[in-house]
Amino acid sequence: MRTYIIKRILLSVLILFSVTLIIYAVLRCLPASYVESMAMQLATAPGAKPYEEWIAQLNASYGLDKGIIAGYFTWLGDFARGNFGDSWKFTVPVVEKFHDVVWLSFVMSAISFTLQILIAIPLGIIAATKQYSRTDYVITAGALLGISLPPFFFATLLKLVFAVNLQWFDVSGLVGRTYAQLDSWGQFMDKAHHLVLPIATLVITSIGPLMRYTRTNMLEVLNADYIRTARAKGLSEHTVVYKHAFRNTLVTLVTIIGGSLPGFFTGALITETLFSIPGIGFTSYQSMIIGDIPFTMFYMTFIAVLTLASNLLTDILYAVVDPRVRIA
Amino acid sequence: MSDMNKPNEQANSTSGETLSLNDDRRVKTLSPGALVVKRFFRNRLAVLGLVILAIMFLFSFVGGMISPYREDEQFYTYTYMEKEYVGVTRNEDFRYVSAEGADFGSAAQAQFLMAQMMGKTEFDYKDVTYGVAEEGKDFYSVSVDGSVIAIAYKDIVNAADNKEEPAFNVKYEALKLYTNDGTGSFTADGMELSLDEDGNILQGEEVLGYISRFVVQSKENGVVIPRDFKESLEQVLDAEGTEFAYTGEDGEEHNYTITYDASTKIWSVMQETETYVYSQYEAPSAKHPLGTDTNGMDMLTRLMYGGRVSLIIGFIVVVIECLLGVILGGLSGYFGKWVDNLIMRIVDIFYCIPSMPLIIILGAAMDGMRVDPKLRMLYLMLILGILGWPGIARLVRGQILSLREQEFMTATEACGIRVSRRIFKHLIPNVVPQLIVTCTMQLGSVMLTEATLSFLGLGVKFPFASWGNIINDVKNSYVLTNYWFIWIPAGVCLSLAVLGFNFVGDGLRDAFDPRMKR
Repeated sequence: MRTYIIKRILLSVLILFSVTLIIYAVLRCLPASYVESMAMQLATAPGAKPYEEWIAQLNASYGLDKGIIAGYFTWLGDFARGNFGDSWKFTVPVVEKFHDVVWLSFVMSAISFTLQILIAIPLGIIAATKQYSRTDYVITAGALLGISLPPFFFATLLKLVFAVNLQWFDVSGLVGRTYAQLDSWGQFMDKAHHLVLPIATLVITSIGPLMRYTRTNMLEVLNADYIRTARAKGLSEHTVVYKHAFRNTLVTLVTIIGGSLPGFFTGALITETLFSIPGIGFTSYQSMIIGDIPFTMFYMTFIAVLTLASNLLTDILYAVVDPRVRIA
Repeated sequence: MSDMNKPNEQANSTSGETLSLNDDRRVKTLSPGALVVKRFFRNRLAVLGLVILAIMFLFSFVGGMISPYREDEQFYTYTYMEKEYVGVTRNEDFRYVSAEGADFGSAAQAQFLMAQMMGKTEFDYKDVTYGVAEEGKDFYSVSVDGSVIAIAYKDIVNAADNKEEPAFNVKYEALKLYTNDGTGSFTADGMELSLDEDGNILQGEEVLGYISRFVVQSKENGVVIPRDFKESLEQVLDAEGTEFAYTGEDGEEHNYTITYDASTKIWSVMQETETYVYSQYEAPSAKHPLGTDTNGMDMLTRLMYGGRVSLIIGFIVVVIECLLGVILGGLSGYFGKWVDNLIMRIVDIFYCIPSMPLIIILGAAMDGMRVDPKLRMLYLMLILGILGWPGIARLVRGQILSLREQEFMTATEACGIRVSRRIFKHLIPNVVPQLIVTCTMQLGSVMLTEATLSFLGLGVKFPFASWGNIINDVKNSYVLTNYWFIWIPAGVCLSLAVLGFNFVGDGLRDAFDPRMKR
């Protein structure tokens, strides 16, 4: 087990190295970068140096005068030492900005994920126990509809219905106009109120896969011999479904839940952008489109690390919950 | 043997048509493919998905041909727009005219202004004593030694259209009358002149010039404002009206509205003109069943062509993914060892790359490089394909790993069949069912990714339509709230198409895998 984990970690480091190299190379190839536009702006100031001098100076100060490979290793060295640099767009240290915005996304994802589990698993079980009934069709169709709805379209529809026509919520933003005058409870409620539509979007557009997994796994388990034995013993249907069958589907569910852990920290790019929620998704989108290399590099490396970690975690969890699985 | 044939004989004897129990013809045999088809069509959702897809394909590919309009055909309309025609200010500063040969420079003018403010009747400047006389309202004459050398006035004497600037004496005499609310005849420079109620200076019937407090400036280049327009404008301004009509030389009557800006003290006269513009956001009608978009293009036609683009992009991306995935996954699964190791590590790397951020960055990069929209679509497909193959490679590898241990593969090896033939003729066909299911679902998700990118403005670009970039218009919140026909149909089409692919994929999965049935 230990050698397996060590081997996996070493392999992950190698993968991470390649991934960051690829991302760095892509980012460096971007034309019309942030530096150029900044040099353009600085050069127009009265009495300023010409554009060429500015761009040379800025390139040197941002480490862009080196080649891609040399630049990458400089970045890697800084990264390994925990120096992630300053964000160009937000002009604060990357980690500080990240820390500022990531918890909002985390809360949003955590709430929506909990809701997803609470809704999807019971519905999946019901669909499986009543296979080919009308309920099953409705649930399956609903799950597929959730997968098929483009988040941006669904979010816009929600906005039109609940924010524009019914005026129950604000169209976008995290806080209302009167936020500053509210007491701390009022401020909390104001934020919660503004998060209703984004969380609804997240839950409905991403509930499908979990529901389908539950249904498929339940069906598989319900066809197993030990379920027939349980029924033959004369156990009540409730005991059969929830004690004997459902517990056995938990094995696969654990791996899925483990696999969705990175999502807690990567934020919901589209939903946050549409609702102007200042979470990590919206922030990273802003930094990506202007080519803010330090922030984007940090964000993408962070996602890559999380993905690798969660893969490893999932594999280990799988072995822990299911003793039949042997890790070689 | 004869015993066993007995029942058959009996059966045959009772009815000539009845078949024997073990006669093959009694059993309806179905090929595995036919079984799959049968199971597929028993699934109502799958059939519904198939119907949706058929409608979408017809809509996108046939609809574009039937539609009377082109994809980028713009429609125009006439609309009344208010354009600023002239700006009017009321003159509040003194203007000076000096008599011929006399000198009354700006320094002397300043001295005059001071004297006028303090109500003096004379002032000294450069050893000369100037006399100031108030000749009328806001009208002063400046004299030296009893002879008038200059006049200062606020009511401006203008030359009539195509006439010379009136001489000093003409101005002087006319103003004298005008500022004292007088009309009638006067003489200046030996001419018999008269002043009418509108402030016109006439020689007989001929208008030489006119007096007015208002300065009228044309806001359009090369437009000369006729005198009678000014006259009627002045009357409206005096009456503090806000609207008037004027019939120009071309005989067309235009309506004008007047707005006054108190901070700049300027009256703006807006002319209502008929302008030829794009028919923007036209409401649905018989001519345009879904109205027109922001560029005045027919929405329904855009929707059809958009569907074409979205579907084609989905297909091409999935084909690229399949090609790469099947070849690399097949090689990996079949050869194992270091080939497998290498390819699987590449797959791991691709899995680890955050694809959505990377695609957004590349989209922004293409924005920066101003890539041609057509070329951009090609790049988009390549990027999506290259980022999407690892999933298929993993699937193919996993299947092949289990298949290659089976007896039929040992048989192919024993028969000495070529390796490439073994992989692509004997292994891959066994992976196809799984592959079809995955590809169908993948089609839906690729279409979603493309639409999301186009919605963000980083995917398919104008002039090409895609369902995603049609919805992009809702970024303008006025469109979101007022023009449902712009974005809801595109969103519904997109959702339906993706739903269709998912229904069909789900149905195919069930159909190919009968273990899931009770």
